[in-house]
Amino acid sequence: MGATKQVTDASFADDVLMSDKPVLVDFWAEWCGPCKMVAPILEEIAKDHDGIVIAKLNVDENPQTAASYGITSIPTMNVYQGGQIVKTIIGAKPKAALLADLAPYLS
Amino acid sequence: MSEIRNVIIIGSGPAGYTAAVYAARAQLNPLVFEGSVTAGGALMNTTEVENFPGFTDGIMGPQLMEQMRAQAVRFGAEIVTDDVVSVDLDGPIKSVTDGAGVTHQARSIILAMGSAYRELGLENEKRLSGHGVSWCATCDGFFFRDHDIAVVGGGDSAIEEATFLTRFAKSVTLIHRRDSLRASKIMQERAFNDPKLHFAWNSEVVDLVGDAKLSGVVLRDTVTGESRELAVTGLFIAIGHDPRSELVKGVVDLDGEGYVLVQGRTTATNIDGVFACGDLVDHTYRQAITAAGSGCAAALDAERFLAHAGE
Repeated sequence: MGATKQVTDASFADDVLMSDKPVLVDFWAEWCGPCKMVAPILEEIAKDHDGIVIAKLNVDENPQTAASYGITSIPTMNVYQGGQIVKTIIGAKPKAALLADLAPYLS
Repeated sequence: MSEIRNVIIIGSGPAGYTAAVYAARAQLNPLVFEGSVTAGGALMNTTEVENFPGFTDGIMGPQLMEQMRAQAVRFGAEIVTDDVVSVDLDGPIKSVTDGAGVTHQARSIILAMGSAYRELGLENEKRLSGHGVSWCATCDGFFFRDHDIAVVGGGDSAIEEATFLTRFAKSVTLIHRRDSLRASKIMQERAFNDPKLHFAWNSEVVDLVGDAKLSGVVLRDTVTGESRELAVTGLFIAIGHDPRSELVKGVVDLDGEGYVLVQGRTTATNIDGVFACGDLVDHTYRQAITAAGSGCAAALDAERFLAHAGE
């Protein structure tokens, strides 16, 4: 039902930290091959699951947020709940593995 | 059970996609499992490919793969973004089971699973990966602007990563076990002329230091045996690849290093109707163009096999 949501340095606090639902933030960039591989999987998860917001943050255009969370490798997918990181997933993974990692936050 | 296909291709990259282009043009309706997170293969983690013939000014690795994929689709290849998790290759009808648990059947199979990055095998490697330790310079170099970092390896890909990383880093130290490089002359020249690139010769990484993040690596001199610590916040590992042959281990004949064995100049394995191509079989060349060439050969071998099987 849902689509992925673009977030930026400016909107991060409102869209992610203040969100009522858990938010997965995909830190990605245009020049990252594995990010492209994981992107369609995240689109599918966004479509199939309403319990979690799937957000995308372009690290090239939004370096502040990536730096403040100490991101040094992409794709990194952080799950935020109540403004805190509750899960960090580093690197592209198959859909089944991602769903297993995200299971506690999907419903 | 689904229809019986002529050919199923397992893997993508230049080998898998080229096999798909040829098989599709031969109207074999190939089904391609390009991999759930490995679609496009090793070139997806590169930047500019300068030596693929026909691209005068070079082409970006991911773009080359997108174009090969699109070319296969144009001729009717059916591409599935999933892995194959098990195979049954005996007899005239082979079956493969995908990551969703669905089984597909075909009269011939082309193996093109490629290779995977080799790890150093150090205790802290997993824990620090993504926290300073990386296998993808093009993905992660950006985060090391003005840092002191290192690359381990001595081949073309290590030099390519090291010179790429000097765009961002304050300094890049290339750590190599020997006192000379395996890389091609043009790459070596580029490396030696790069003022930001330093060399730690005869050096082996024996430990990774850092709690939450990498802060340094311990090097052992391979000649004197002495150890020293090199302070770096990033370590990019480029020490080669291993064939991704686990799927067919114990079924298809492999050599001592895990590469699939093929007969003579063909792509035929020890099992009738099963062909192998690309980095999965190639110790020697491991180039995009040689992988593409062997993918073409595998499709032609499969086509010939299917024609004779029908007689």
